[in-house]
Amino acid sequence: MDRLLKASVIENRQLINNHYLLTLQPLKKIRKPGPGRFFMLTVDDGLDPLLKRPFSIHRWTGGNFQILYRVAGKGTHLLSKKKQGDTIEAIGPLGNGFNVGKTQNNIILVAGGIGIAPVFALAETISKRKPLLFYGTRTKKEALCIDNLKSLGIKPVMSTDDGTLGTKGNIINVMKKHLTRSTLSTDCVIYACGPGPMLRSLSEFTKKHGLKAYAALEQNMACGLGTCLGCVVNTVNGYKRVCKEGPVFPIDEIIW
Amino acid sequence: MTGKKTIDLKVNLGKLRLKNPVMTASGTFGYGEEYSEFIDINKLGAVVVKGLSLKPKQGNPPPRIVETPAGMLNAIGLQNIGIENFINKKLPFLKQFDTPVIVNFFGDSIAEYVKAAGILNSAKGIHALEMNISCPNKQAGWSIFGTDPKVTFKVVSQVRKATDLTLIVKLSPNVTDIGLMAKTAEDAGADAVSLINTLTGMAIDIKSRKPKLANITGGLSGPAVRPVAVRMVWECYKTVKIPVIGMGGILSAEDAIEFILAGASAVAVGTGNFINPRTTMDIMEGIECFMADNGIKSVKELTGAVQC
Repeated sequence: MDRLLKASVIENRQLINNHYLLTLQPLKKIRKPGPGRFFMLTVDDGLDPLLKRPFSIHRWTGGNFQILYRVAGKGTHLLSKKKQGDTIEAIGPLGNGFNVGKTQNNIILVAGGIGIAPVFALAETISKRKPLLFYGTRTKKEALCIDNLKSLGIKPVMSTDDGTLGTKGNIINVMKKHLTRSTLSTDCVIYACGPGPMLRSLSEFTKKHGLKAYAALEQNMACGLGTCLGCVVNTVNGYKRVCKEGPVFPIDEIIW
Repeated sequence: MTGKKTIDLKVNLGKLRLKNPVMTASGTFGYGEEYSEFIDINKLGAVVVKGLSLKPKQGNPPPRIVETPAGMLNAIGLQNIGIENFINKKLPFLKQFDTPVIVNFFGDSIAEYVKAAGILNSAKGIHALEMNISCPNKQAGWSIFGTDPKVTFKVVSQVRKATDLTLIVKLSPNVTDIGLMAKTAEDAGADAVSLINTLTGMAIDIKSRKPKLANITGGLSGPAVRPVAVRMVWECYKTVKIPVIGMGGILSAEDAIEFILAGASAVAVGTGNFINPRTTMDIMEGIECFMADNGIKSVKELTGAVQC
């Protein structure tokens, strides 16, 4: 069965400022995809913008899926105007998501800004394993999913740029201070999603301590299927497609 | 009304017979595998694969694409797996379909073009070659293959000697006289010309004052280029006797028919594959419906039928 489908908008709720939660009902049955995978969504039926946009899956509930997004440009602005009952064309689920093995004990999650979208999906999948979540946002109001995390039994270690919640400053510095030798044992694995500078600084840290880490990357895409070669990222093994080999990569593979 | 059963969609490109005029444009369809999930490749007029060179190429650094109004700029930089890998690893997949495989290829010198054509000519399962002399993302100096008629004649006539497969020359729109370029390809022995490749363009981020593409410039495709492409197909149709393959922002059957009326014997869908992987199928069905509704028996009747 092919992955091109229509989905009906159940709700498109503004959470705060420019952050929205879109709930979609796929008009054909899809098996629940693993965390970190994504959909290409049509944001408008016209010719500008022309291409679909990639969005990671935030939650999957009762056959519906949710997209948590921040309005960042024309495409997401148009998406924010979608109303209940509207139909959106989608392709997915696509890409390789977070692959959490069974043997790891300490799981550390790191989210920056809207990077919480797929990190929450992972947290929900592995909540029984009591992951430690580090979550940085610009300001308190933009700290999303806190209640949902709480119901999973996860209380994130927070940082904000303006100090309105948690420690003031960037989340990687907070994480560095927080982690002790015991939590930095060799069987700990880090899964992260967030802005480029955050992931780069995480990568320096994990390299220094010899830790395993995986990051979900974001990139402009035309097709999402692996054919346009537009979304590549530079890795130690040459250019790799974020849509096909990713979006989750071992962090030490990426050349920042 | 003409019944759908009596509708003849067959077209010829040189000695190549296509069951219908809808092809894929090089670089937008990979080597077919990714799209087989969405469409029946058997139904396509032809598959044109991502451009190949003698050796694998890693392409340009990212960012490689940027969206522009009704279009996109790309500077992929001809990333490809190389001819040998294609023949060994990708061609077997395409061979299982009853659809001609057209291999797009390029070189950095006339000698490389000739060598590549020779290797492809002896591989089984390839039905035609499309010579890319028109990528806008190659290094300075390369563009002479597609913009200097003397060099175009030389490279096409040399490749002509190296292959007896149907030879299509893909033309650059970044020239003053596209008709002259088509005529040059025809005189050098091409069996068909295809156009347009992308138009060289540029986009700038006004906050950072930096180009949006790492390569600075890229090739514009999508509906934004369509009127330019239709005009160029029309000019080529008037100038040459060999078939013209039209492409440039085709998203619907109406777009495809516009190209055919301008003079295209066949059309190729490029950026449209990215927007919706089923675009080629929808176009094919739409052309058939248009013909049925308008009492047109053979699609060949429409080629060049614009009344100016």
